[in-house]
Amino acid sequence: MGNVLDFLVANADRCWLLTWEHTWMVLVALVGAISLGVPVGIAITRHEQWAKAILRAANILMTIPSIALFGMLLPLLSLIGHGLGKVPAVIALVLYSQLPIIRNTYVAIKNVPPEIVDAGRGMGMSRWKRMIEIEIPLAIPVIVAGLRTAAVMNIGIAAISAYIGAGGLGVFIQQGIARVYEEMIVAGALLVSVLAVFVDGAMALLESLVTPKGIKIGRKLGS
Amino acid sequence: MISYQGVTKIFGSGSEAVTAVDGVTLDIKKGDLVTLLGPSGCGKTTLLRLTNRLITLTRGTITVGGRDIMSQDPVKLRQSMGYAIQAIGLFPNKTIYGNIAVVPRLLGWAEKRIRDRVDELLTMLRLDPGLFRDRYPAELSGGQQQRIGVARCLAADPEILLMDEPFGAIDPINREEIQDEFLRVQAKLKKSIVFVTHDIHEAIKMGDRIAIFQEGRLIQYDTPEAILTRPKNRYIADFLGADRALKVLGLLRVEDAVNPSPAHLLHASVTSGEALRLMEEKGLGHAVVVDGGKPVGYVTPADLARANLPVRSVTTAYPVQVLVHSTLRDVMSHMLMHDMHTLCVVDANGDFVGTVSYESIRKKVVAAYRDDTPEEKGNVGT
Repeated sequence: MGNVLDFLVANADRCWLLTWEHTWMVLVALVGAISLGVPVGIAITRHEQWAKAILRAANILMTIPSIALFGMLLPLLSLIGHGLGKVPAVIALVLYSQLPIIRNTYVAIKNVPPEIVDAGRGMGMSRWKRMIEIEIPLAIPVIVAGLRTAAVMNIGIAAISAYIGAGGLGVFIQQGIARVYEEMIVAGALLVSVLAVFVDGAMALLESLVTPKGIKIGRKLGS
Repeated sequence: MISYQGVTKIFGSGSEAVTAVDGVTLDIKKGDLVTLLGPSGCGKTTLLRLTNRLITLTRGTITVGGRDIMSQDPVKLRQSMGYAIQAIGLFPNKTIYGNIAVVPRLLGWAEKRIRDRVDELLTMLRLDPGLFRDRYPAELSGGQQQRIGVARCLAADPEILLMDEPFGAIDPINREEIQDEFLRVQAKLKKSIVFVTHDIHEAIKMGDRIAIFQEGRLIQYDTPEAILTRPKNRYIADFLGADRALKVLGLLRVEDAVNPSPAHLLHASVTSGEALRLMEEKGLGHAVVVDGGKPVGYVTPADLARANLPVRSVTTAYPVQVLVHSTLRDVMSHMLMHDMHTLCVVDANGDFVGTVSYESIRKKVVAAYRDDTPEEKGNVGT
């Protein structure tokens, strides 16, 4: 263990750089995944006939092993000159995030009590107004819980993307294995784990921040 | 105010088609509270939801204030009518203020005006604005939430209210209270109201008129008295129940049956000897004793025979004095409980108004059944 600490101290600059690179990939992928997954999740609550097929597709995507997915993206992205590196890594992360994000968005909006939606309609709120003022505020804690799952999962998958030259903390693990350099492997694994725990905590905080006050009071009072 | 002409709603099509509302023609006058009554699945809620286009007509026309609803934008139409439902449907993420402010905000009111309006409504429904304005629905009891539901539907002061079992989700005691409160508010505001209920007591209590439905068809549309005393057919008679004559008692007030100058009236200062003579002369079994315009109690010849004192000293107090505005149903109940066939009627100040007897109540109810012209409901609900 002492040796691992020595390694971290001696390579502090590189550690920061790779951690930053790792975080950056996960963040970019998360932003991409939200802008794709949340609208799709909302859309399938309006067009129920698509819900089953879309959720099944997202489910299949998540079952593909990451190495296999990188392999499949390689010939496709080679056409635009990005077969390796950060582009296929971020795209893979976006695809993997779709299931937790779409599913949570869909379920959260579906779970808004129908009488609340009916009251809004009956009072003359347009569909858009109802979505902005009622459905999304009520659904957002569950949507953010989906983002949390996606973010933590992506930190792990991003570590593997070092094998396609995407950088990030996976580099320590990959190079450590290649060079049979135990301290390097453990340092990489440790940093990835710490990052995952940290991000999970940060997302939990975000989840609490976006939960409307009236809902928190309701939960506390047990109604 | 609202006119339904041959309104029909068919859900589904082909062999699965269900006719929920079948050729209903009905006029609701301005300022009237009309209860739509019937068992579940009779089409009453469907008719209500057709009115603000939450569902779309199959055939027929609905006009509101003379304008066909199909020629109006549904969202604008809904904003022009109050809407309250059994499940209340308060928005849990908004404060009480935010909930009541929904429609005023949609209509673009200034925040100052909304604030004044919210406080006014909370006060009207006996909820302290300072205490409730900034709370969340989860912090309120069921009865309080229901009041907020009513406040929300009155928020933009619409002329028409659509209420679908608005007091259905609370316990009977609170329901009575909120019904009374709502009637008090309605007496002032005079909104035109479509009020769906499956509770016959509620329909009678709240309705200026009742529309009774069966399998999507309107069977009878009349005042509560007329429906109770002259149900149109067996279905309605059964629906009203075998105790419908007792329900009529709930509609009639003491003031309808009071005898303002009963023969058996004695002043408290008369001596018992004189009182006894008077009573024997008129052949009375008992007499009401009044002092300074207030009833003191009653005496019987047996009480008076004991000594020659002022009547006051041998008077038995009435176990209960009935108020002019009580229903005859309450009076009848008192009579049975205390085994009395005559009770004293007083006004709000406790001044003697007259007496009400079992016989006068009986006559009143029998008269209601004989009456060929429907009675106006003007003296009820005040």
